Amino acid sequence: MEIVKKAVAGTMQSSDLMVFVEPADKLKVEIESTVIKQFGHLIEAKVDEVLAKNGVTVGFIRLTDRGALDYAIEARIETALARAGAV
Amino acid sequence: MKDSQPRRTMLYVPGNMPSMLQNVPLFKCDSVILDLEDAVNHAEKDAARNLVRRFLQSWKERDKEVLVRINPLNTKWGHDDLRAILPEMPDAIRFPMCETAEMALELDAELARYEAANGLEIGHFGILPSIETVKSVLNAYAIATSTKRIFGLAFGAEDYTASMGVARTNSGEDLMHPRMMIVMAARAAGIQAIDTVFSDVSDMEALRRETELVKRLGYTGKCLVNPRQIDVIHEAFAPRREEIDHAQEVVEAIRQAHAAGTGVVSLRGKMVDAPIVKRAINTLRIAYAQGLVDTPVDEEILNG
Repeated sequence: MEIVKKAVAGTMQSSDLMVFVEPADKLKVEIESTVIKQFGHLIEAKVDEVLAKNGVTVGFIRLTDRGALDYAIEARIETALARAGAV
Repeated sequence: MKDSQPRRTMLYVPGNMPSMLQNVPLFKCDSVILDLEDAVNHAEKDAARNLVRRFLQSWKERDKEVLVRINPLNTKWGHDDLRAILPEMPDAIRFPMCETAEMALELDAELARYEAANGLEIGHFGILPSIETVKSVLNAYAIATSTKRIFGLAFGAEDYTASMGVARTNSGEDLMHPRMMIVMAARAAGIQAIDTVFSDVSDMEALRRETELVKRLGYTGKCLVNPRQIDVIHEAFAPRREEIDHAQEVVEAIRQAHAAGTGVVSLRGKMVDAPIVKRAINTLRIAYAQGLVDTPVDEEILNG
């Protein structure tokens, strides 16, 4: 699925995250997190899984995480992608 | 339908706040209402719907009743809310702005379609309509009896006072009449009556007084917006020691009556029959939930 426009979802509250997506020629993922040292690899794996599930192969995806659990990461990415016209 | 389970505390949790949602398993309330309606602004309806759906998927061991407050079906969000939420199997739908029996039946039909298409028992999902306008108060009994899915009526005072064109007062006379209408309609229909939220989280004494008042009127539960209010409401709804003792005597008396082959007995000169036993069972059920008695009441006692 294609990201056809810029979109954002989520908040900067604790336990939440913000997801920014925009069109790009290739897939690029950037993750900033308050818990990057402990959980960075898990967040990355979750992001990859959700993008794959939604068939996203290109686009710029940026996450600013405030300690969100997996369900919130998944929901916020889905919302951002839907708003970007991708799903 | 678990239509007789305790619903002393029905806690609203905003559907778009992960920090609250993920604490839901920890709250000691009887029910949670995950809110897609008033707690979520228009631009975030899609986000809240996704968040609640994914939260419910991730919450494997549910230990309390789960309701989702959808948006009214005559808004552009209501049907999408149902489509997203029903696969996650909430126990019931909190149905806002339910003003007529026809509106309840519209939701009933939509739930039945989903149940039939997915091999679920018809009637699997419950409905808790919000009685929160003057019109819905006047139609309360018709709403209460419109479908067997409805296990209670829930009063919503904020929208009610707005529709009545009056301000909410601390003394509460503005709410007396709708409160009575709703509890009478609910009791006539044989279902529960759930009171409105008390929004001043800093005033626990006023919360206690209001809960004791609605208990005396016949309400069996209360909605709330802050988990700090749970204990006070549970305490207010807890049966008093003498009520528990009396209920145990009633149950014992009717047990002996059944053993002797009769369905009615006298206890200290007062007749004990089915309605009295039903009330005693309710008292003991709440007492057990509150940890005031050690063993759950044998509800079969009512049937002999």
